[in-house]
Amino acid sequence: MTNLPSTEFHPRWYRAPVSTYWWMGSWRYSLFILRELTSVAVAWSVVIILLLLHALLKGPEAYTRFTLRLQSPWMIALNVIALWFLLLHTITWFNLAPRAMPIRLGGKRVPEVLVAAPNYVLWMVASAVIAWFVLLRTS
Amino acid sequence: MSKPSNEGFFWLLFSAGGVVAAVFLPIVLFLFGVAIPLMGRWISPPSYEHLLALMRSPLARIFLFVLCSLPLFHWAHRFRFTLYDGLQVKHLDEAIFILCYGGALLGTLFGGYLLIRM
Repeated sequence: MTNLPSTEFHPRWYRAPVSTYWWMGSWRYSLFILRELTSVAVAWSVVIILLLLHALLKGPEAYTRFTLRLQSPWMIALNVIALWFLLLHTITWFNLAPRAMPIRLGGKRVPEVLVAAPNYVLWMVASAVIAWFVLLRTS
Repeated sequence: MSKPSNEGFFWLLFSAGGVVAAVFLPIVLFLFGVAIPLMGRWISPPSYEHLLALMRSPLARIFLFVLCSLPLFHWAHRFRFTLYDGLQVKHLDEAIFILCYGGALLGTLFGGYLLIRM
């Protein structure tokens, strides 16, 4: 059946009006919107990386200027907030994986913790490798 | 949506970008946005030469290109639906679509350009 507007023989479709601020009504909905907003922090991080690459390409002075700008209290505060949102994204994303892809072994469903755990291990290893390359490795 | 048949492709980019963002972005933002600016005196910030040499290696370039592009497409998809659901602006569909995916495409091209010139 197609979603036709009301006709002579059919009453008008009833759609309950929903407030624009529907997500402020309950903690569950607010958390949903917070999770959706993590994408802004994701885009922000990419912008920071692009600016860093741009500064590196332009030369040592541009790089120093960029690092000084990152040291301003406003920038640090903004990045701390963005980091919290990134962590919310990581945790919700990893915990969603076992529900999006339920794994069965021998007819039984593998517990969600066991499916999510490798994600966290991978995350830790990847973070350690990147930190090592950026901070410790002397080229 | 003008072409609902493309939705699967965009969802694939969304989910691939979600994985890349979840695994790699927190440590990068932590290092460059928080740890180094705050504790630069204790953890010796990476020098210009060190970072340049690091990012010039072929593997790092590929990694950085993926890191700059896929998460932007993740953002484009998710932010589009955040605007639709959170603000109920479904009627602005096309403008939002162009803004989100156009932004992701521009960022990807800019990243590719920088990494080739690096």
